[in-house]
Amino acid sequence: MKDPVDVLIIGAGASGAAVAWSLAETKMHILCLEQGGWMNPAEYPSTGRDWEAKFYGEWSSSPNVRGRPEDYPINDDNSPIKVVNYNAVGGSTVMYTAHWPRLHPSDFKVRTLDGVADDWPIDYDTLTPFFEENDRIMGTSGLSGDPRSPLTHPPMPQQPLGLSGAIIGKAMNKLGWHWWPSDTTVATMDYEGRARCINLGHCTPACAQGAKSSTDITYWPQAIRAGVELRTHCRVREITTDESGMASGVVYYDKDGIEQFQPAHVVIIACNGVGTPRLLLNSASSRFPNGLANSSGLVGKNLMFHPYAQIYGYVKEPTDSNRAPPTCLWSKEWYDTDPSRGFVRGYGVQFVRGAGPVFEAVVSEQKGILPWGEDHHRVFRKLNGHRLGFSAICEDLPEEHNRVTLDPVLKDSHGIPAPKIDYTISENSRKMMEHALARGREVLETAGATDICINSPIPWGGWHLLGTARMGTDPESSVVNEWGRTHDVKNLFIVDGSIFVTSGGVNPTSTIQALALYIADQMKQRLANLFD
Amino acid sequence: MSADNLTRTQRDDLRSIAAMIVPASDEYKVPGADDPAIQADMLATLGRDTKLVAAALDDLARLSGAPLAELDATRRDAVAQEFRKHGGVAAATLVRVVLQCYYRDDRVLGSLGIELRAPFPKGHVLPDGDWSLLDPVKARAGTLRRAP
Repeated sequence: MKDPVDVLIIGAGASGAAVAWSLAETKMHILCLEQGGWMNPAEYPSTGRDWEAKFYGEWSSSPNVRGRPEDYPINDDNSPIKVVNYNAVGGSTVMYTAHWPRLHPSDFKVRTLDGVADDWPIDYDTLTPFFEENDRIMGTSGLSGDPRSPLTHPPMPQQPLGLSGAIIGKAMNKLGWHWWPSDTTVATMDYEGRARCINLGHCTPACAQGAKSSTDITYWPQAIRAGVELRTHCRVREITTDESGMASGVVYYDKDGIEQFQPAHVVIIACNGVGTPRLLLNSASSRFPNGLANSSGLVGKNLMFHPYAQIYGYVKEPTDSNRAPPTCLWSKEWYDTDPSRGFVRGYGVQFVRGAGPVFEAVVSEQKGILPWGEDHHRVFRKLNGHRLGFSAICEDLPEEHNRVTLDPVLKDSHGIPAPKIDYTISENSRKMMEHALARGREVLETAGATDICINSPIPWGGWHLLGTARMGTDPESSVVNEWGRTHDVKNLFIVDGSIFVTSGGVNPTSTIQALALYIADQMKQRLANLFD
Repeated sequence: MSADNLTRTQRDDLRSIAAMIVPASDEYKVPGADDPAIQADMLATLGRDTKLVAAALDDLARLSGAPLAELDATRRDAVAQEFRKHGGVAAATLVRVVLQCYYRDDRVLGSLGIELRAPFPKGHVLPDGDWSLLDPVKARAGTLRRAP
């Protein structure tokens, strides 16, 4: 039998890396088990001529399409939004747009302000120092002083405006609407061992330059130097408990597929809003027949995705196309509740610079704007390199019927039951999406765009996996307490997006990591009585 | 499954449908997607798409009832329209395979003014732009919704 570790972290992605790094200073024996392996930037898509084709295969954002040994299948047939993720050291920070807004202070008080959903048990100010610390370690770029966003202090200047940004900025100015250069985790100068961005293009599926921050090149090298042990290609099947109802360790399959047991004094789950409820439900036992930490019955429920309402069109001027990071500007014009709009809450907007030639051809043919036959070439030349996009990230409110359960049939390569998603877009979200599409059309038409197309929702847009083990002070209506410890198992913590109470209208990774750092800090402050 | 699993008839139909999607153009000085080099690229890199592409070609054969190339133009267009309208994921995959191989051909990229190289390590140059565009936003200011 293996010696017990002090802290066992499951998952080496955004939150697992942050919590590992923060706890390393305690000098406890910390072990992280990750189902994926280390990435090799020399194999990233942008190193090859066939970079775009790879997005349809082994570099798809969908684990069901990718089907790498490190991935697990997800039954999302009963959802209009499909789950996307990445499984490796770095997790989904390997494959993300690097767009880096934070939740707003008002996002933590939704019930108080708008009478819907629930307030968080913590507030924005509590997280502020952890946002700042995380921005420094992940290495953010941006322009401080956005009047419609929380104040940030990015250590690097913003990305260039580029051709696309200038067209968008002019259109937004004509309409009198807010826009601002996005905070991103793209390095715009050499930073902490990372080379600056050289505009490889569509950097969502990993950055060969290392300019886009991912935790395999930020937190993990530091955490490992500080003594954290990271064991790769180890897939956890279940968390075990002892006779006193405490977590005793985990059962996992090692890189050779051999079942192992790793005892631990503390277990931290960092597996995202789908992987975490899957693991808790797979950890059902005679002591916890409905799944671990599930006395509330809320494990897996209240799944929030952020439905994306995307609209795009084509201008006469050239745009940045695939010659820049995909996102550069945001707008918070419609972020807050305005009762006159007919829905509560709101959405952030991220503007999209363009697309590469293969993606442009494939998608435009599917949309019916790129014909077959003789006229194909003329139309393609009108479209290619001229695209501008407007993507609204609509706040998804928690609803219990949107949930993650265990699929009765589907299993991963180790025979572990796979997650099943049941999700519908709410009426409030639909109204919000319609509003966003109408505003997006105004922006595009003001910019002179034609051939306008819509993706609403973006079907392969389930990047943000939130709410399935929510945080709260009441054990009957939440899974973890206000500092991330499960109500039911006092040495079991959750630090990923599943603990979100509400989703806000922005990309969540910055907030996920700030929460992980905050929870680690709470644990460090309470080491003497962590299990009381 | 490899491209070897495509029959001769399927390969002939793949070439025919590819030419219908993207024909050669004297005006733009580009080959069609039935060009031998582009066809060879498709067959060599079908990989995980082989099964769906084969299914799409079977569907095409069923609709046409004869090798596509042997149909007259009117009938061929009707078959193609039916195939694209009702062919589902398999047809979409076939079309995507044709386009992704076509739009990485050196001659095609050259005609579009795209450099013949991988993005890394050279990257691209992006103009910094005129940041005075942001002045009206700064002037308008605005407020962040307060939380109690």
